[in-house]
Amino acid sequence: MNCDVCQENDATVYLTQIVKGKMQKVNLCEECAKQKGVTDPTGFALADALLGIDSDEKTNVSADSLKCESCGFSHTEFKKTGRFGCSECYTVFGFGLESLVKAMHKGTRHLGKVPSRYQVTKKYNDQITELKDRLRTAIEGENFEEAAKLRDEIKLAEADYMASNESELK
Amino acid sequence: MMQFKTILKNPAEWMLSSGPHGEIVISSRIRLARNLRDISFPGWAVEEDRIEILNRVKPAVEELKEMNGAFSSDLSDLTAVKKQILVERHLISREQAAKAAGSAAIMNRKQTLCVMINEEDHLRMQSIKAGLSLSDAYKMIDEVDTKLESTLDYAFDNQYGYLTACPTNLGTGMRASAMLHLPGLVLSEQINKVINAVNKIGLAVRGLYGEGTEALGNLFQVSNQHTLGEQENEIIARLEKVIRQIIEHEENAREKLYNEKQTILDDKIGRSYAILRYGHIISTKEALDLLSMLRAGVDLSYFSEDIRALIDVLFMEIQPAHLQVFADRKLGAEERDSLRAEIMRDRLKSLPEPSKFSDNKSNEQSSE
Repeated sequence: MNCDVCQENDATVYLTQIVKGKMQKVNLCEECAKQKGVTDPTGFALADALLGIDSDEKTNVSADSLKCESCGFSHTEFKKTGRFGCSECYTVFGFGLESLVKAMHKGTRHLGKVPSRYQVTKKYNDQITELKDRLRTAIEGENFEEAAKLRDEIKLAEADYMASNESELK
Repeated sequence: MMQFKTILKNPAEWMLSSGPHGEIVISSRIRLARNLRDISFPGWAVEEDRIEILNRVKPAVEELKEMNGAFSSDLSDLTAVKKQILVERHLISREQAAKAAGSAAIMNRKQTLCVMINEEDHLRMQSIKAGLSLSDAYKMIDEVDTKLESTLDYAFDNQYGYLTACPTNLGTGMRASAMLHLPGLVLSEQINKVINAVNKIGLAVRGLYGEGTEALGNLFQVSNQHTLGEQENEIIARLEKVIRQIIEHEENAREKLYNEKQTILDDKIGRSYAILRYGHIISTKEALDLLSMLRAGVDLSYFSEDIRALIDVLFMEIQPAHLQVFADRKLGAEERDSLRAEIMRDRLKSLPEPSKFSDNKSNEQSSE
């Protein structure tokens, strides 16, 4: 996904705001996020809610009014109970969740059992995440030969996955 | 379908049999949390949704081969005392006992397998085995889980794994725990040191009935805190390693008491025996502490090995709800304390006096 502002870099910062009752989503790359003054996601209210740290008023306002479309659960409710309303809430309130999860668990990625109907997707997802991580490192290290190779591998993996999905649908 | 009476009449399989390290590890338990994908978690779901969940999950669980002839009931169909019985047997949680409509529990005949529907998560399934048998218990519940995933559409995320109502259960959704009997560490006042050390490495130590409960009868539950970022077998291996260390500490503590404070040990076990044999008013807390000393007495050869199972059953039978069912009426606290003492006197009437320490030590010790 490209950054909504510069349209060039990969978006890594996802911002959801409620303006007059309408949800607006903005995806930013790291650089544009800095320019726009969007702060570090670890400072996000969700993390503070469960860890009991005093939260930043400004980020709270938009996060609190956020609601899950599937079940109507609100962020205020999460702060109160520490529990979510439905599985979809993990996507809706996913912003900043990783730092919260990190404080609770040994890691932030599931390594255990995978239900058989998710096995193909999970494997693909893990593979792509790993390849993209390596690609980023390669680019940062200006190792462009390696980067080109990885880019091809990613394309191949994506094509494979699409093909297997299509055959499954048929 | 099994009747509630059958549960009452029969203690669970794990109580009657002795597993690996049975002197110290009473039982091993694995609990998995699972949820359906497209419907609210029980705590947030409206009654209509809760009933919908129940209607989807319950038949799938009842159909399992493992649940052949199982006991299955909506919680709303059980009286408060019956629910309390299931709590006292570790078959349902205190939280579920408090739940309203749309909640159910299904358990097999041996009471080694139990599935709670609409507790904090749509499904909470657990297996219990005697002694230190975490891997066996996992294998048993894993098979049930694998069968259920073919009929139920679980909420699963590529990053966070099994999605649960509370983020503290994300990932594997697995809580592995063992119930340990640690009179040696308590008597030698080392227990707090052990608890602190265990807490530091990301494991939890809790009382007899889980979170927020007191450690009665020198019984402690040790379990994993983290559920995400490690494979199930890694979590189990880590927990088991720590439990083995605790067992070693407990054995050392007992040996030290045995060798250096024999009179104190003779006194504690002798008094516990006397009160249980001749007492007329015994509270739950006192009873659990006395039974704990009796169990320690078995381990240290003051009594014969074959009464260990009787003691473990008594641990359960002298609890408030079990007493009320035994009496077949509601009992006040005073009546319970006197009935409890009566049951103890009766069940232990043929138990011989604790034999003199020195007579036993030489011949029984070598056989262990």
